[in-house]
Amino acid sequence: MAVIRDVMPAFQLFQPTSIADAQKLLEQHAQDAWVMAGGLDSFDWLKDRIKKPKALVDLSGVEELKGIRTINDGIEIGAMTTLTEVVRNPVIQQKYGLLGQAAELVASPQIRNQGTLGGNVSQDARCWYYRAGWPCYRAGGNICYADTPVGRNREHAILHAERCVAVNPSDSSPALIALDAKFVIRTPKGERVVDAEDYFIGPDTDITRMNILQPGYLLTAIRIPSTWAGARFYFEKVRDRNVWDFPLMNVASAMVLSGDSIERIRIAVNGAAARPLRLKAVEDAVRGKPRSPATGEMAGRLAVQGAVPLQFNGYKIPLMRNLVKRSISGVQEATWAS
Amino acid sequence: MTESLSLEIRALHEVSLTVNGELKTVRAYPMERLLDVLRHQLGLTGAKEGCGEGECGSCSVLLNDALVNSCLVPVLQAKDADIVTIEGLAAGVQLDVLQEAFLKSGGAQCGICTPGMILAAHHLLRRKPNPTTEEIREGLSGNLCRCTGYIQIVEAVAEAARRRAAA
Repeated sequence: MAVIRDVMPAFQLFQPTSIADAQKLLEQHAQDAWVMAGGLDSFDWLKDRIKKPKALVDLSGVEELKGIRTINDGIEIGAMTTLTEVVRNPVIQQKYGLLGQAAELVASPQIRNQGTLGGNVSQDARCWYYRAGWPCYRAGGNICYADTPVGRNREHAILHAERCVAVNPSDSSPALIALDAKFVIRTPKGERVVDAEDYFIGPDTDITRMNILQPGYLLTAIRIPSTWAGARFYFEKVRDRNVWDFPLMNVASAMVLSGDSIERIRIAVNGAAARPLRLKAVEDAVRGKPRSPATGEMAGRLAVQGAVPLQFNGYKIPLMRNLVKRSISGVQEATWAS
Repeated sequence: MTESLSLEIRALHEVSLTVNGELKTVRAYPMERLLDVLRHQLGLTGAKEGCGEGECGSCSVLLNDALVNSCLVPVLQAKDADIVTIEGLAAGVQLDVLQEAFLKSGGAQCGICTPGMILAAHHLLRRKPNPTTEEIREGLSGNLCRCTGYIQIVEAVAEAARRRAAA
């Protein structure tokens, strides 16, 4: 029987044991470096021989990147903490259940045991053509194969597409945006902390990247402030299969009510664009309004303003409208309108 | 300094790991899949390659008590780890309660998914000795079966849980 020994292209493999060494390696190897966290996204790219990094930095031995700690105001989750640990953490369950709900809907039990929170938020775009190695815009070429009359684009973007129409498939990211999380990044110049929604970038900023990480940058942790602890949360993920699948779309909201009216709210969706979208205009429009089906309806309509469907993803517009509506007025009160 | 952390990936390296309670040392390429090392070097062919991309779960093994897809684990990440495969479940010729329950309930047909299914069930019952049907379905949700329609498999896991509780 044939034995496949070289399952992937050759590269220099590094196994640092500290954040400092990992960051230094990423800086030294700059554009040639590839970061491997849980390895799930990496393995596909490498085994398919689509991406051929010269240096691979395996973070599995960096203990400092693992675990969930209580900090002054909230919690800090190491980037290499597995999704299963996030789901089972008692503090997350009690105070930040939105993140637990989102993490529990990622892929399958096996993948959540191996996959990390840092990897989930930093995974690459989902697009058949890009992932199959076609020389598209995102891959450095000058064409989009999905945005054509016959392209397979049922899973693709309805908002903020700019040449590339691929989407960000992360489930944890919109939950982190709704919780106003902060991403901690180690850079050659020291530590940098950014708001969750500013971690992600679309093709209008850089068509080949999904986030602000530059050569020599390492995402080390995600902090969740106590601002939204114990708020009213809503997370929903819509996918073709109820397990393993990436979202066609998902929505996350955190809300604080004062009587019947919405005092504070944050909402984000993913699967609609190349980056998870915080719906700031919707938040502003519903603040102070009663938490009612009418408010949900108005929010849903506002959320999809400017959406542009491709040939096969027109369904995503009512999907997003209804998900946003549900995230505000709940499932019971909302009726599905096509 | 950091160069010393580098490993030649086209060279064989000694990797020690505990498999089914026995310490094993293999010579493997660091990015070889744990699945291939188990099957080809250690002769443990219970874990199967179904899809090779994490959808089917037929390569499931326990790695430090966590259920993982061994087709997506580079052996370097299994260094010094404690691995349990389906071969490690029976005590000699005495089958595990789960294996007996799968036999009795008709939870195995072609058998390709069975090793992964049983390990997923084993992993579930360790955390939840008396799972609800919903919890069984969730616990097995990373494993595909194309023969049984799952009903007998879910029954087998419930039966094993009952037998363990009675024992």
